[in-house]
Amino acid sequence: MTALLEVEDVTMEFGGLRALSEVTFAIDKGEIFGLIGPNGAGKTTLFNSITGVYPPTRGRIVFAGRPITGLRPDRIVQLGICRTFQQIRLFPFMTALENVMVGVDARHRTSVPGALLHLPRFKREEAEGEARALELLHYVGIGRFANELAANLSYGDQRRLEIARALGTGPSLLLLDEPAAGMNPAEKNALRDLIRKIRDSGITVLLIEHDMRVVMGLSDRVAVLDHGVLIAEGRPESVQRDPKVIQAYLGTGAAGDGEAATGEAG
Amino acid sequence: MSSPVYRFFEWLDARLEPVRERAPRVPVPEPVRQRWQQGGRLWRRLGPLRYLVAAGLMALIPPLMERGWFPILNGTYGQTVLFNTGYWILLTLGLGVVVGLAGLLDLGYVAFFLLGSYTTALMTHSGAPGQFHFVEWPTWAALPFALIVAMVAGVAIGLPTLRLRGDYLAIVTLGFHEIMLEVMNNLGITNGPRGIPAIPTPSISIGSFHYDFGLNPAPYWWFLLIPAIILAVIMVQRLDGSRVGRYWTAIREDEVAASAMGVPIVKMKVLAFVIGASTSGIAGWIYATNVTFIDPTSFPLLLSVLVLCSVVIGGLGSIGGAVLGAILVQAVPEAVRQLSGGNTLFGFDPLTGRIAIFGAVLIIVMIYRPGGLLAARRRRTEMVTPGPESGVVVDDASATEQEVAPADDVHSAGGRST
Ligand SMILES: Nc1ncnc2c1ncn2[C@@H]1O[C@H](COP(=O)(O)OP(=O)(O)OP(=O)(O)O)[C@@H](O)[C@H]1O
Ligand SMILES: [Mg+2]
Repeated sequence: MTALLEVEDVTMEFGGLRALSEVTFAIDKGEIFGLIGPNGAGKTTLFNSITGVYPPTRGRIVFAGRPITGLRPDRIVQLGICRTFQQIRLFPFMTALENVMVGVDARHRTSVPGALLHLPRFKREEAEGEARALELLHYVGIGRFANELAANLSYGDQRRLEIARALGTGPSLLLLDEPAAGMNPAEKNALRDLIRKIRDSGITVLLIEHDMRVVMGLSDRVAVLDHGVLIAEGRPESVQRDPKVIQAYLGTGAAGDGEAATGEAG
Repeated sequence: MSSPVYRFFEWLDARLEPVRERAPRVPVPEPVRQRWQQGGRLWRRLGPLRYLVAAGLMALIPPLMERGWFPILNGTYGQTVLFNTGYWILLTLGLGVVVGLAGLLDLGYVAFFLLGSYTTALMTHSGAPGQFHFVEWPTWAALPFALIVAMVAGVAIGLPTLRLRGDYLAIVTLGFHEIMLEVMNNLGITNGPRGIPAIPTPSISIGSFHYDFGLNPAPYWWFLLIPAIILAVIMVQRLDGSRVGRYWTAIREDEVAASAMGVPIVKMKVLAFVIGASTSGIAGWIYATNVTFIDPTSFPLLLSVLVLCSVVIGGLGSIGGAVLGAILVQAVPEAVRQLSGGNTLFGFDPLTGRIAIFGAVLIIVMIYRPGGLLAARRRRTEMVTPGPESGVVVDDASATEQEVAPADDVHSAGGRST
């Protein structure tokens, strides 16, 4: 197996606060990699560094053999990494279909001349984009809401829409930031199937999740962050038994999966 | 809340809404893009033909004016008002792209108009021979350059400033306008505050037909404006209905999410700036050749504010809004002045006093109809319902629980691209 994403000694400082300190790990192609840790451990910060929202203070991130540290977010998307947000960030007044089309547009090249003259490529890309977006909506199971404003969708459906939108950009690595947060048990089951389906289609998944059942059931490997430090990494069963991990969770009082999962909703 | 004003807007909404009411929800029978399209179904069914129809209707205005169909605006005076409204529509359409589509606040838009006008003056045999110009080209030949100079200026001012966040952009553009005024006031070749006189008017000769646009306010000036307006409308509509327009919408609604979906934020903003500048440059050429004399006082800062007024009152993101805005800002005050027979109205000269009136109208419109009178449907929805980003914190639900200063990705993202 070759590493798809390598995070090397990544440190992220906000003023005096060290959100990540010398985090190092690698994700293999085709696996589901779980990232867990108590609230404020730095998981989302790691996503932000990988996707270029802010470059890490120190360290290197290599994707498919290419250093991507400090690249602009849109360049990183072009290279094949796309993410969802912990706090849903859809385009609220675009329809579900349009939201996904924005994602699909990352694969398109039509610009002003094509749009102005309605060149063949414009027409082809618009038609393809629309078809692909609709297909993705059905893929994540919300095809019937294609024409609905994103803001009007239910919470769980908005999370699915975020996934569809990210898939639209055609990523080879998909970063999911607590996709199960705020979902009911039935929705969580459907989500688990969806994530497996995505992996089986050849997309590597990096998954942040508080719900232990979801993350342990899905992940091939799990890494644990605590106060910005990577304290454990390995197969779900061994990580679960790791004393340092148990200590981290018990130490902050955020142990139970139920508690952590519901604490997120707000 | 059922004051007469409110009820009026309700009524207006009822007129504008039917398409949305009929829009089927599930499944997707027609391309979803059409959800936001403007104009009635019949109008849409005309396809590209509707631009010809629109041009035809516009061409009917001058003859009807001559017959006295427009009670107040007639004769030479009416033609002048028509011309003013026409180039103002161009300006409003252009700024509409910047403000209405890309969601950027540009307070110095008329700087591009100024550049278009001055480019025209400096490239034709204006003034006395050998004076106030680099070259002495025919008027038509200056047209592409007026366009290019305005667009290049759009890139030059846009690239460094569009990395800044909203408030700074407004200030920088305002400053840019002021700087342009100072430059024109102090350069020798622009004849400083004395301005450039005798800018040649264009002429047309096709076969045996020959027409020289003079100071003569014959309807030909309007016929020159019609294709310019129609082309600008086609440009705006096509961009809006493409990937470019989707990207602008995405940036407006959530910049951080847009950039995470691969939208090149700065590039798309500069693009909006340049597209906006292009119609302004063309309008500048038409204006300069029509009035034949320009000086810095032809382009006061107030003009930038007035264009913004007509965008915002008319309605963000819609063609109808741009036209309505231009009529409200240019034609209506003129008509009122004509009606008052040159007398003051409640102590105001209707034309200069329009600023005070617009202020009041602007406030009323913003209270009862944020987004403007004929705003695009999506824009109206955006304005009325607060988006998620109004909460500032981006992706750190935990941040506030952690007793640390709230994390703020939005600002980090902005700072990052600087
Ligand atoms: N832009 C920022 N500026 C300042 N501090 C930040 C910023 N982003 C994150 N932080 C801080 O970094 C720490 C890690 O935050 P992060 O959001 O990455 O945690 P998390 O593991 O995702 O937590 P949760 O499980 O609650 O989502 C927190 O203390 C947070 O306040
Ligand atoms: Mg987080």
